[in-house]
Amino acid sequence: MQPITRIHSRTAVLADENIDTDRIIPARFLTTTTREGLGKLCFNDWRYQADGSDNPAFPLNQPAAGGCAILVAGRNFGCGSSREHAPWALLDYGIKAVLCSEIADIFRGNALKNGLLAIIIDEAEHRWLLDHPGTELAIDVREQAIELPDGGRIRFELEPFARHCLLNGVDQLGFLQQHADAIEAFEARVEKAA
Amino acid sequence: MSAPRTLFEKIWNAHVVAPETADTPAVLYIDLHLVHEVTSPQAFDELRARGLKLRRADRTLATLDHSTPTLPAGADGERPYATAQAKAQVSQLETNCREFGVELHGWDSADRGIVHVIGPELGATRPGMTIVCGDSHTSTHGAFGALAFGIGTTEVGHVMATQCLLQRKPKTLAIHVDGQLPAGVGAKDLILHIIGQIGINGGTGHVIEYRGAAIEALSMEQRMTVCNMSIEAGARAGLIAPDDTTFDWLKGRPRAPKGAAWDAAVDAWRALRSDDGARYDREVRIDARAVKPTVTYGTHPGMAIAMDAPVPAARNAIEQRALDYMHSTAGQPMQGMPVDVVFVGSCTNSRLSDLREAAHVLRGRRVAEGVRMLVVPGSEAVRRDAEREGLHDVFTAAGAEWRVPGCSMCIAMNGDLAQPGQLVVSTSNRNFEGRQGKGARTVLASPATAAASAVAGKIADPREYLTEVAA
Ligand code: SF4
Repeated sequence: MQPITRIHSRTAVLADENIDTDRIIPARFLTTTTREGLGKLCFNDWRYQADGSDNPAFPLNQPAAGGCAILVAGRNFGCGSSREHAPWALLDYGIKAVLCSEIADIFRGNALKNGLLAIIIDEAEHRWLLDHPGTELAIDVREQAIELPDGGRIRFELEPFARHCLLNGVDQLGFLQQHADAIEAFEARVEKAA
Repeated sequence: MSAPRTLFEKIWNAHVVAPETADTPAVLYIDLHLVHEVTSPQAFDELRARGLKLRRADRTLATLDHSTPTLPAGADGERPYATAQAKAQVSQLETNCREFGVELHGWDSADRGIVHVIGPELGATRPGMTIVCGDSHTSTHGAFGALAFGIGTTEVGHVMATQCLLQRKPKTLAIHVDGQLPAGVGAKDLILHIIGQIGINGGTGHVIEYRGAAIEALSMEQRMTVCNMSIEAGARAGLIAPDDTTFDWLKGRPRAPKGAAWDAAVDAWRALRSDDGARYDREVRIDARAVKPTVTYGTHPGMAIAMDAPVPAARNAIEQRALDYMHSTAGQPMQGMPVDVVFVGSCTNSRLSDLREAAHVLRGRRVAEGVRMLVVPGSEAVRRDAEREGLHDVFTAAGAEWRVPGCSMCIAMNGDLAQPGQLVVSTSNRNFEGRQGKGARTVLASPATAAASAVAGKIADPREYLTEVAA
């Protein structure tokens, strides 16, 4: 994974609460066996009209949302299934960060492992960002801070290991493999007792 | 004496390979890894790309369920896959399991079925274990007092390579369910009621332990229904302390210990309960006596109410949109809403007792004109048992379709789906927009409610049908 230290972009807003993984990528597309090319299916049933053309009512289809890499989403984003296809699709669609006051656990873990910044912010700041699409933000992973255009900063929590992995492009599987001896010892102890 | 501990802490502590620190999560050992065709192909590819082996094939168990057709193979032996890609995905799992030495309950297995149905059936799910699967409803297995949760595909790869996961310790939430459920009200009504009370994010960051008299009185299959939907409250896992109900259900299952090993195991399992005085991060009390046949009226499982209660007014534009999508009207009950499709199945409600519950209502009755009803058993074993009892005859005589096991309309990725605008009364677990087909409207309900609604052609209270039979 590439290190991720800073993301700079205007925001796009999807104000709906409880945007579930079925809305991010409908289940019928999950027969894929690769992780590539899912961006064109991202938000599929919301984003396109029946004839396949863009749905003008979908906020991310507005010209102002073009090129935005930071998504501000309504409360409880990413609830539902464990499908990692959801962050894969968002990343391939061009989203690099999701800001929300609540983010579902499994989605958040999946997102961070793929370098999609799933960041939880306070309700008041969330409210403000929901009301102000198109705000220029910079997200600084090292500082754990979102920089606002007026010079203000929003601090956010990030699990220290996830932060370390993002900043250094650490491969989590590689880290786990360093515990090979401990794992073997654990197995030996437990399986002998059984 | 050590401090009193919760059931969750006991299981967690017993599986820590390396403890968590401020900088790093714990390395947690995984006893059983369940695999299916949808969330595994990219993980197997990752192993291949890195030249890694599957560390413990003997702790890995695979099945086909999500993309698989529920109509039988044709005369030519071809199965009616929805798409060529679905077929390719299934054959990829077959190839992967062969190459990496994983036991696969595939088309030729007498035990194939939905991953969360067959794990317990085979006795692969046992108290005190850690169990994961690339599927959020892995929480089902918590009914046995196992710590079981869904993971993403990257983590599927981690478990394949190391049999471990990196995890921060979640918080605990005790849900005490006092009293007993009224007659004609079941586990599905209870869990929908609970999620309606605590909300779809009420369990986020927590492992739920369900406790209390009403939970102890539930059968094993009902406990699985409750734990299954823990994720719909945002929780990673649901747990119920194992007891004699659990042990009786497990005894004699293929992978359960035998003889003296069984007795020793039961002795050890009896210690798997929260100690008196153990502290939870949060506690909630629910009164079982107040639960009625419950359904959803909106587009997530937290929008749940008693079917005879008025639909609450929308509190904001987003809730109004959900009501509009569902054609629900604030102030009107859901009972009486016309139904197009009824689905009995999914890892929430596709076990033998669920099918019996639906058949009990349908026996001697017919599915209403214009309603399509699909009954999809959770596994080949359930199918066999149901057919032995003649339940399939009850369903087909009533005009319902009796299918081959699989996830089917729960996730609607195998071709079984509803048309835009159709109202589905479904025993599954998610009523998200489009979950059962683009534009389809889903009302979650118990098997009894689903069957009663099929007969009435509109959302109906099953108790009216149950008393009629009893009289
Ligand atoms: S039945 Fe539904 S919820 Fe259960 S594993 Fe299959 S798709 Fe997931």
